[in-house]
Parts: sequence; structure tokens; C-alpha cells
Amino acid sequence: MSAVLELHDVTKVYAAGELEVKALAGVTLDIHEGEMVAVIGPSGSGKSTLMHILGCLDVPTAGTFRLAGEDVSELDEDRLADLRNRHIGFVFQQFNLLAYLPAWRNVELPLVYAGVEPHERHERALAALGQVGLANRAEHKPGELSGGQQQRVAIARALVTEPALILADEPTGNLDSTSTGEVLDLLDALHRSGRTVVLITHEADVADRAQRVIQIRDGLVWQEPDHAVA
Amino acid sequence: MRWRDTVRTATEAVRTHRLRSALTMLGILIGITAVILTVGLGNGAKADVRDQINELGTNILVVSPGSTTDSDGLRGGFGSASTLTTQDAAALASADNAPDVQAVAAVTSSSVSLVNGDTNWTTTIMGTTPSWQEVRSREVTSGRFIDQDDVDDAALVVVLGPDTADELFDGGNAVGQTVTYDGTSLEVIGVLEELSSSEQTSNNDLAIVPESTYAERLVGGSDRNSVSSIYVKASSEGALSAAYQEADATLLNLHGITSADDADFSIATQESILTAASSVDKTMTVMLGGIAVISLLVGGIGVMNIMLVSVTERIREIGLRKAIGARPRNIRRQFLVEASVLGLAGGLLGVLLGIVGAVLLPRFADARVILSVPASLLAIAMAIGIGVVFGVYPASRAARLAPIDALRNE
Ligand SMILES: Nc1ncnc2c1ncn2[C@@H]1O[C@H](COP(=O)(O)OP(=O)(O)OP(=O)(O)O)[C@@H](O)[C@H]1O
Ligand SMILES: [Mg+2]
Repeated sequence: MSAVLELHDVTKVYAAGELEVKALAGVTLDIHEGEMVAVIGPSGSGKSTLMHILGCLDVPTAGTFRLAGEDVSELDEDRLADLRNRHIGFVFQQFNLLAYLPAWRNVELPLVYAGVEPHERHERALAALGQVGLANRAEHKPGELSGGQQQRVAIARALVTEPALILADEPTGNLDSTSTGEVLDLLDALHRSGRTVVLITHEADVADRAQRVIQIRDGLVWQEPDHAVA
Repeated sequence: MRWRDTVRTATEAVRTHRLRSALTMLGILIGITAVILTVGLGNGAKADVRDQINELGTNILVVSPGSTTDSDGLRGGFGSASTLTTQDAAALASADNAPDVQAVAAVTSSSVSLVNGDTNWTTTIMGTTPSWQEVRSREVTSGRFIDQDDVDDAALVVVLGPDTADELFDGGNAVGQTVTYDGTSLEVIGVLEELSSSEQTSNNDLAIVPESTYAERLVGGSDRNSVSSIYVKASSEGALSAAYQEADATLLNLHGITSADDADFSIATQESILTAASSVDKTMTVMLGGIAVISLLVGGIGVMNIMLVSVTERIREIGLRKAIGARPRNIRRQFLVEASVLGLAGGLLGVLLGIVGAVLLPRFADARVILSVPASLLAIAMAIGIGVVFGVYPASRAARLAPIDALRNE
């Protein structure tokens, strides 16, 4: 198995006024194709920062990040946008759905930027909604859906482009246990279909589902406990 | 990303933020309406002046007191005393002096109030001679025009314009009745035929009295011989330039002036008046245009302001769009198209309101509005242009936002 994500001594420093915050203090990490990885760690330890770098939403202050062998720091904005569009599906804690669009229009959004023709977009969006069990809610706006349903719409949006990499930053942070179960089942299914899944979580039982758990503390990979798959 | 999707995204944003979009459009709308109406009013005023001048006739010269210094402008007379007199008119009428002149009418006029019982009407009263009728080619529908006897006797008689007669006698027969001016009773001896083609009310609303009556018994003045202007009718259109030369020479001679540069009068033809009027038009158009451009600029700044607010308000949305693969140019275009859609919509509504204004305005004010199709199209193009120009900065700011702001900005 080759490493799709390779971080070498990555640091990220935020300058907040006079103060410098070292959100990542030298992370070296490989994530392989088809892996399901859980990132855990206390609040403020740098999990989201790491995720943003993995998702090409942010760039490291120092160190190198290779995605599928390519050094991301050498790519221009357009290439990064295309990379995010085609190869990465992002699931956020706050869902980040556009309130004025119905569910299927939210789901088709990445395809709009991919230049896919409208008819095909519609079909693929409906198929993705079907995959997350919301085929009958396609015309509903986010405000008319429960939190769990909204997150499933967001997952549909992340998977509609059939990306190789799914990144989820506390996708169940705002959900109750039932919805959490549904969402995790979906991520599991994505993993089983061969995708690389990285998810951040606070909860131990969520981490239990992953093949591998990476613990972050104070901007460093603290330990990688051998995790027995249940 | 397809253009169709860019436009759709932009129009959706416009529709989603209805109130804000409406207020933005309002700025553009007012600017465009101002452009349409000022251009329309300018055209209307131009047409009015042209009609008035054209009604003068192509074989008429107008001699006015004062001098011209150059060909494109008229200069007022020296002091207030008129330098033209009834003697000048008589000299021009003489076939020896001016063989190409067919008829001459000296005119003195002022604005006065005429009274019939309880009815009061303000009009222009003109003191002139019987030849006025021939010079201005006007017919009398009932009664008669003033004759030489009236002039000799300074008779208290008046010929009314058709509108004036209607106003004073409420549509009834005016001939034989009397009207009062400043305590003096005047007998109405005739009513002029209506000039139906005329846009100028002054041709149908006037009162004509013998020049002697005007000077001695009605208005008077410091110099009873002085006149406001002398109308000279050439024997034909072809003889106009000869008549011009003769009139010029006669008056220079009579006033003892040797150099044409020192002339204390000026002679205008329909053409020269048109030229002078169009230069006035130009000034007016530039002024009105300036006002319109300023209001459009204000509208444009409004668009920029709203777009900047809109960018700030939608940082999360922009960030999200970038996170799922929007390129900077996709975002830039979305905001640019949004601004132009606002401009276009504002422009179209502005033209619509301009047309409504053009229909309503003449009903409430004495103004003629002539809408111009090219000006309207240009105004719409300008509205879109303003949207684009003032949208560029907010759009490029939006495009430069980091995608990660979607996740951080609350
Ligand atoms: N934009 C920023 N400017 C300054 N400091 C920042 C910024 N973003 C994050 N930080 C700081 O970087 C550190 C790591 O933040 P990060 O969001 O990665 O933590 P986290 O592990 O995701 O925490 P949580 O579990 O609460 O989400 C924190 O100390 C945070 O205050
Ligand atoms: Mg976090």
C-alpha cells in the first residue's frame, strides 16, 4: 500500500497579534490508500489544523505535505481548487450547507464547479442522496431537515464526486447517538468501498470504528496506539 | 464551471437577498431615470426652440437692438435704451433703400394682464403696424386686423390670439366686446386664426394693438419711438441674402456708423438663430448630462458598498464554495455577474420609470419630453457597466478569501 498522504515535519504557526500560536509543531505522518484513520486529542491540540492541511484548505508554515506524491506547496490556487473538487470530500462539524438551496442543489454543488452538465448533475445528486437514505428529501431545504439529516446531506455532497479521500472534522459533534450511528455507518461504508477516510473525533466509541487511531497533543503526534479492530 | 451556472448562482443570490438587492437597484434606477428624463427634457426643449424658429419662416430677418461681436453669439444692447426706432422700420420699408424687402413690421412687446369682467389673463401685448399680418403670414378668422387708420388715431382697439380670446371670453364671440388693460378699455376688433401646427403657445396667445396706441396710451416708455425688434420679410427666399445686405447698409447709414464692427443692432436669420440656439442646447445638454452622470456615480458607489457588505456577509458561503472546488475566478465571476444583474435590472426599471415620467411630466408641468431610444440603450449599457466597474473590487476581494474561512468565520 502506497501512502496517499505524506506529512514530513509539518508545522503551522498562527500569528495572533504579538503572540505566536504553534498549532502544529512538527508532524510526520503517512496515511495509506484505503485506510480509515481516527484523529483524537484534546481541544486545541491542532486536529482541525491538521485536517485543513490534509484537505488543501490551508498550507503548512514549514515542512512538506505530499498528496498522491505531489508536493502541494508547488500547486497554484486553481490546481488546489481542482484537487479539492475531484479528490477530496470534506464533512464539517457545522454541516456548512447553503440554507437557500434544497438538499439536492447542495449536493450537486461540487459537480457545478467540476463543469458537469446539469442533467447528469441532477441524477448524480439524487443517487448520492439515495446512498445516504435521503432520496425522499431532495427538495427540502436544510432548515427543514434534522441535524442528522443535514449531516447526511453534507456527506452526500462529499461523496457525489466519488473522491478517493474523505475528511471529516468531528462529523458527529453536533448529533445525538442515533444520528451519530447513522453517520458513522455511512463513513464505514465509504471506507469499505475503498476510500481513504480520515475523521476527527472526541469520542472513544467513534474512534473504535477506525483501523488506526492517531493521537494529537500540543501540535504533535503523541502516540499511535495499536488499535484492535472490534 | 459553466457560464449558465455562474449566472444562475448570481441571480439566485440576488433573489435570496431581496431587500438588499432592491435597495441597490434603487440607486441605479434613480440614476438611469435621471439620465432618461434629462436627455428627454433636453430634446424636448431643443425641439421647442427649433419649432419656434422654424415658424419664423425661411424668408424672414429679425433686426434686434445691440450688436453681434462674433458669428456664434448674440450680445445684448448697450444700456437699456433700445437703439431701434420706428424710423428704422420706415427706412427699411422704403423700396429705394431695400428693393428686396417686401414688408416690414416693427414690434414692441411686454407681458401684461388683460381683464374681462372677472376674468383675468396674462399674455404678451405687442404694438405693431398693419404690415405685421403680411410679415408673419397670419389670417384673421373673425373681425379684422388693425389698419392704418387705427395707427394714425392711436385707436383703442385690439386683435386677440385665438387662445387669448378663448381664455377671456370663455369660448364665446370676442369681436365687438371690450377688454381692459390697466383701466383702459380696448375694443376687440378681430381674432387671429389658430396656428394648429404650432407647439408654441406664444403664437396663439397674444394681443396686438397699433404701435401708436401701445406707445402713447398703454405701456409708453422713455422713448416712444423705440421698438423691441423689426421683422423684415424678403420678397422671396432667394432674395434673403440681398435683403440682409440692404437692411444692414440702410441701418448703418441711418445710424451714422461707418464700420460694421460698431453696429448697434444685429440681424438674424432663421439659420443664424438656429446656430445660436444649438450652442445654447449644447451647454444645457452638458450640464444636464453632468448631473445625470453624478447620480449614476452615486448609484455605482451604492452597488460597490452593497457588494462589499455582501462579500463580508457571505464569507462562510464563499469559503465553502472554495472548499468544494470553486476556483478564484468562479467566485470573482459570480460576484461580478451579481453586480451586473443588479445594474441591468436597475437600468431596465430606470428606463421604465423614465418612460412613465415622460408620459406624466407634461401633464403636470409645461415641459415637453422627447425620449431617445439610443440614449435609453446607452443608459442600460451604462447601468451594466457601472455594475461591472463597481463590482470588480468586491468580487476580487471575495475571490482572494482563503477557503478555510468557511470553517472559522461565524
Ligand atoms: N486562525 C487562527 N488564528 C490563530 N490561532 C489559531 C487559528 N486557528 C487555530 N488556532 C489555534 O491553533 C490551535 C489548534 O487549533 P485547532 O482548531 O487545530 O484545534 P482542535 O484540535 O481542532 O480543537 P477542537 O477539538 O476544539 O476543535 C489552538 O490553540 C487555536 O487557538
Ligand atoms: Mg477542531
